[in-house]
Amino acid sequence: MQQFLNPEILTSAILIIGAVTAFLYGRGLAVSRAQLPADGARAHSIPSYHGYFSAWIVAFIAVGVIALWTTFSGALPEFMFPAMMLGAMALGFIIINRLLTPTFRARNHVERFVGGVLMICSGVAVLTTFGIVLSLVFESLRFFDQVPILDFLTGLNWSPQTALREDQIGQSGSFGAVPIFAGTFMITAVAIFIAGPIGLLIAVYLSEYATKRTRATVKPMVEILAGIPTIVYGFFALLTVGPAIRNFAEGFGLSVPTQSAIAAGSVMGVMIIPFISSLSDDVINAVPQTLRDGSLALGATKSETMTKVIFPAALPGIIGAFLLAVSRAIGETMIVVMAAGRAANLTGNPFEAVTTVTVQIVSLLTGDQEFDSAKTLAAFALGLVLFVFTLVLNIIALLIVRKYRERYE
Amino acid sequence: MVNMNAAHTKYISDLGLTPNMGEVIEMMASAPAAETTQVKFECRDVEVFYSGKRALRGVNMDVPDSGVTALIGPSGCGKSTFLRVFNRMNDTIPNARVTGQILMDGQDIYSKDIDPVLLRARVGMVFQKPNPFPKSIYDNVAYGPRIHGLAPQKKDLDNIVERSLVRAGLWDEVKDRLKEPGTSLSGGQQQRLVIARAIAVSPEVILMDEPASALDPIATARLEELIDELKEKYCILIVTHSMAQAARVSQKTAFFHLGDLVEYDDTQTIFTNPKDQRTQDYITGRTG
Repeated sequence: MQQFLNPEILTSAILIIGAVTAFLYGRGLAVSRAQLPADGARAHSIPSYHGYFSAWIVAFIAVGVIALWTTFSGALPEFMFPAMMLGAMALGFIIINRLLTPTFRARNHVERFVGGVLMICSGVAVLTTFGIVLSLVFESLRFFDQVPILDFLTGLNWSPQTALREDQIGQSGSFGAVPIFAGTFMITAVAIFIAGPIGLLIAVYLSEYATKRTRATVKPMVEILAGIPTIVYGFFALLTVGPAIRNFAEGFGLSVPTQSAIAAGSVMGVMIIPFISSLSDDVINAVPQTLRDGSLALGATKSETMTKVIFPAALPGIIGAFLLAVSRAIGETMIVVMAAGRAANLTGNPFEAVTTVTVQIVSLLTGDQEFDSAKTLAAFALGLVLFVFTLVLNIIALLIVRKYRERYE
Repeated sequence: MVNMNAAHTKYISDLGLTPNMGEVIEMMASAPAAETTQVKFECRDVEVFYSGKRALRGVNMDVPDSGVTALIGPSGCGKSTFLRVFNRMNDTIPNARVTGQILMDGQDIYSKDIDPVLLRARVGMVFQKPNPFPKSIYDNVAYGPRIHGLAPQKKDLDNIVERSLVRAGLWDEVKDRLKEPGTSLSGGQQQRLVIARAIAVSPEVILMDEPASALDPIATARLEELIDELKEKYCILIVTHSMAQAARVSQKTAFFHLGDLVEYDDTQTIFTNPKDQRTQDYITGRTG
């Protein structure tokens, strides 16, 4: 019983009880006062609105008191708090009693409250984004105090091991991120190489060739690919695709590690197929039917219509779909952590193990860490690069898609 | 293919004839009735079904080789469905089925020997809403000749494009901006552009599905003028909601009602002396 009586629970209980009471009080007030001939007119708002308005007022005042108390905590003795709460809420009831006349526009005031609450909710999301970006930027700046930004962006050697204690024998650490960017780029390229053609052809089939019934079945099934947890893709890549590629290469007398760019990239390609196929299908469908009819009526075949009219018309949207898929691939973590390896090789060979930005962030931040070391701060710098890159890609993609949509609407 | 090249050569030789734009259009009622010419299409018991539902019932009619034939009737009467029978556009609609016989110059266009893709090069179509491709004006007109390989050289293609635009009465307005997108033109210009696009593959027939319904009165007048000129060269079938338009541009008129061909006669007869009560009710505005 004891833990239910802690101050937070009690405060919340007072707040809720106060608001509910205010609702009942306000509604009752409205009902009783509406009986009186108020200027001979009927009340502006139905009684429930008077109730909602009263509840809002009391809750608002109570939250204000809590906020003030938290800000100035310690300035007043503990027992003052409940007193202040109850006093403030009583003040709320007095205000309600004064305001609620039959002509009072409770409905409009409630509308304003609702608008305010909705705005605050979206504000929370926006502020959180800003907070994350700022923390990324400031921690990255600390990192760049220790490692020059040019070394980070252009260095060819990545070995972030630093000595934790003075007496430890360790490397001094080297933070050239180019091999990581190259690895990310290569895996993304492999993924797009797989997902691009397949996704696009799926989209063409679904929008132009498949019957309505086939489309209704196939499209959701393709989209399931995007819903499979990435960890499942990860062990699929590590335990099935990786060994399969290794065995296949052994048949040609080649030695390919189980963890390789091609294993991670191809599985990631499968994962992003639905991003490309679904979005491309949407943009191809958005091309007006009249264009298809126009082309067919000139004696063009279906595939001529597709390649010469529909595809050029839908191209901007398809590019947008590709860019969104790329930004998804770049940010993907689990598959590459499991299947791409951790060695920061600078290589152009997709059959070697490479590492990506996301993999490095994971390995920098797991295990025993000293939070102020360059090693840990490097994760923020990598995160910032990743964020900026995907943000730019997303903005470009959305601009292209939007511009394209306007053309036909 | 041989046939088409022959038509194309004939087309080139006709180049000298520039349509007389200034010609005043006479109202159909005062014009002489269409002379008895050859029959282009013979329709025998044509029925069209959408998902098993009959949209057109046992239509029998002969479309003359020259002049304009108008198809009129209230919405949903089957006139557009009937129009799309002639270039087999109904084939592109899933679950649509056409029965009966349509003979074009004596040959059944629904027989297995006929390639619908080639048929559509011979029977062009203009739609209700102007639908230029999102390409340049030039590429819009060149689209058909390119896919059918009608122009072996760039010069030939240039010729076809110019010829088609001249014939569609659009050349003077666009000759200095052929590289601009076709969608940048006004609605009336766009509709003439798609007519030029249809003409470019040298069709024998042009189907028009309410071509003026998205145009303002001035653009409509301009289009009707054009139809009047085109009828010298092509067999034209036009679906229209406007009875005044049917009276102005056509020599033959077919009235459809609830999937039936109710009456088919010279336009003058239909509008002055209809035989069927339903036709009379429609043209006098009592139903519709």
